[in-house]
Amino acid sequence: MTRTPRRKVIWALATSLAVLLAGCSSGDDSSSGGNASPEALDAALDKGGTITYWSWTPSGKEQSAAFEKEYPNVNVEFVNVGTGEDHYTALQNAIKAGRGGPDVTQIEYRALPQFALQESLVDLTGYGFENLEDDYTASTWESVHVGDGIYGLPQDSGPMALFYNKEVFTQYGIAVPKTWDDYVAAAQKLHAADPTKYIASDAGDPGFTTSLIWQAGGRPFKTEGDRDVTVNLQDEGTKKWTAVWNKLVEGKLVTNITGWTDEWYRALGDGTIATVTAGAWMPGILMESVQAASGKWAVAPLPTYDGGEPVTAEHGGSTQSVLKQSDNPDLAAAFVRWLNNDQASLDVFLESGGFPATTADLESSEFRDFSSPYFGGQKINEVLTTAATQVSSGWEYLPYQLYAETIFYDTAGQAYVNNTDLDAGLRAWQDTLVEYGNQQGFSVNQG
Amino acid sequence: MASTTGRPRDSRRRLDQRGWIFVAPFAIVFALTFLAPIGYAVQLSLFQDQAFFGGTAFVGLDNYVLLFSDTRFWSGFLRVMIFLAVQVPIMLVLALVAALAIDSARLHAAGFFRIVIFLPYAVPAVVATLMWGYMYGTNFGLAADLNDLFGSEIRPLSLDWALASIGNIVTWEFVGYNMIIFYSGLRVISGELYEAAALDGAGPFRTIFSIKLPALRGAIVIATIFSIIGSFQLFNEPNILRGLIPNVLTTDYTPNMYAFYLSFGGQQYNYAATVAIVMGVITAVIAYVVQLRGARKGT
Repeated sequence: MTRTPRRKVIWALATSLAVLLAGCSSGDDSSSGGNASPEALDAALDKGGTITYWSWTPSGKEQSAAFEKEYPNVNVEFVNVGTGEDHYTALQNAIKAGRGGPDVTQIEYRALPQFALQESLVDLTGYGFENLEDDYTASTWESVHVGDGIYGLPQDSGPMALFYNKEVFTQYGIAVPKTWDDYVAAAQKLHAADPTKYIASDAGDPGFTTSLIWQAGGRPFKTEGDRDVTVNLQDEGTKKWTAVWNKLVEGKLVTNITGWTDEWYRALGDGTIATVTAGAWMPGILMESVQAASGKWAVAPLPTYDGGEPVTAEHGGSTQSVLKQSDNPDLAAAFVRWLNNDQASLDVFLESGGFPATTADLESSEFRDFSSPYFGGQKINEVLTTAATQVSSGWEYLPYQLYAETIFYDTAGQAYVNNTDLDAGLRAWQDTLVEYGNQQGFSVNQG
Repeated sequence: MASTTGRPRDSRRRLDQRGWIFVAPFAIVFALTFLAPIGYAVQLSLFQDQAFFGGTAFVGLDNYVLLFSDTRFWSGFLRVMIFLAVQVPIMLVLALVAALAIDSARLHAAGFFRIVIFLPYAVPAVVATLMWGYMYGTNFGLAADLNDLFGSEIRPLSLDWALASIGNIVTWEFVGYNMIIFYSGLRVISGELYEAAALDGAGPFRTIFSIKLPALRGAIVIATIFSIIGSFQLFNEPNILRGLIPNVLTTDYTPNMYAFYLSFGGQQYNYAATVAIVMGVITAVIAYVVQLRGARKGT
């Protein structure tokens, strides 16, 4: 649900303001957190104060209000500065300016290393957050770590699953694919039976691509220390993915309707696109924006490469972090702890349709047994919460993931436009990633 | 002789100094909002920041040297040149025809047409582009319906058509604006000229070519300069359509987009400033040449 609709169309609007902000750069870098302790959080809550919270989470405002109710001394100013890219542009400008940023901010897992390595975020280890490990799924707990530090608490998770249009599958006699080879066969069968229908749409989306590489066992990005980065988009796992996906892209078995556009929602509604591979937040998107297909969709575990033990990857998801420029990091950290660890807050989040990262909520029978009318009464959370325990470990994003994803379209994206080899496209992406990283002072190796 | 030249010079000098008081409000605002940002951009372009590690180094003209061999920049530049060479003439001719038609007094409800043609200019570019993007959709949009109807295979949002599709949006937006410039030029032509032409036996077309178009030369030069600047600054339309076709409209599709994504995507403020300055200089030079040529032909 809180997955970023990738290219919010109007993000150009923010730029005039951004230009002004970027102009006022300064190098005020007050570091904090020297005397952080769990007790400091409770003391800060008693003392009270005002903090600012930037987020685009649908339940963010309500959670802030609930927090104020519980802690009347604290005033939380909730601000939605935009979704995804808009948000990061504003955040980056505030960081560059050295002031004007929030105390607490939402950051997607993919962007966390970037802000953590820039030393813009407070390492929350001292506040006793390291003891909260058991409360979260293994993959999201891993996602809030950068190096040895903990830079946030998981808000939600997005274990990937296969969403498919059951009506289309039944009509053309297609079985739910267990392996990716089955999936390719299903793609051929469907498109041959009705040339207007496709197994999927993939216009080239970096978040989607990296998650599928993740599932295939690829680990193309590694960061050691502050500066040593390895980019290897030709590792075994990545090649495993391209071997399957090339058949779909080069064979024109997938259509290229860009995600999150009006055309995409409509194609999901009328059966043009028969499956979507996405994080567990996808049901919320379908229910809200694809009402035409109510009752037709179903969910299954992600296909695997060998038909064996199911394995999946995270796709999207966010954390809340404390900015170093905050005047009141103790209070900000206390708010983060409440936001993503207190049941009162988690209930508000669940009520809004979010997919949690907390194991207690994932395992609760109420959550697992929910039968969704949109999915024809299927208990979708059984599939999705099981997937949350099957995420392959050891994945890392680049310390400059946001820009990497921006230029994905210029390089790897060209393979999708021209229906050509994805390996060549990924190599072109790698070249620009290496060049950019070295330019920015990283030492980038090609594995 | 000597005494008479002395006095005016004195008084002129005094006038000069007093004049500054009157100029000051403008001069201060001009310096703050115009000169200072340019100065800041020039300064930025001489350095190389490392956004992640906070290092700043003076690199002289290195950024400029880099830019001159940067194929991504020049391919975007070439694209806006093509856009300029094709879209601007089409748009200005359409605007001219519309202005002449409305001015001709042979059109019924001329005021209505004037408003209708001008109306798209009042639609914000963001809204206009979203609207066109919707119509361009080849699965469910208007383009899909037309393709069904005529059995054609036109995909406005494909690699081959994207630039033309953007040109169409820009033309739609700005024909009315340019028409107003031309139309106001036509309204100030003295009626006596038309009477004289009529007495000499000039028909409507002769009147257009011998009276109206020469009188419009200044307006055409102005409209051309605006359009050149607009083309070189092409940003809104491709950048918004990018939400639909990010692989086609790459981050270096136009020089302005390139600068934008370098700075706000890649935090390469220095190089982005270099791109902006080089584009600014090129635009100024070309606009100046057009103005000189326009003025020379006019006399």
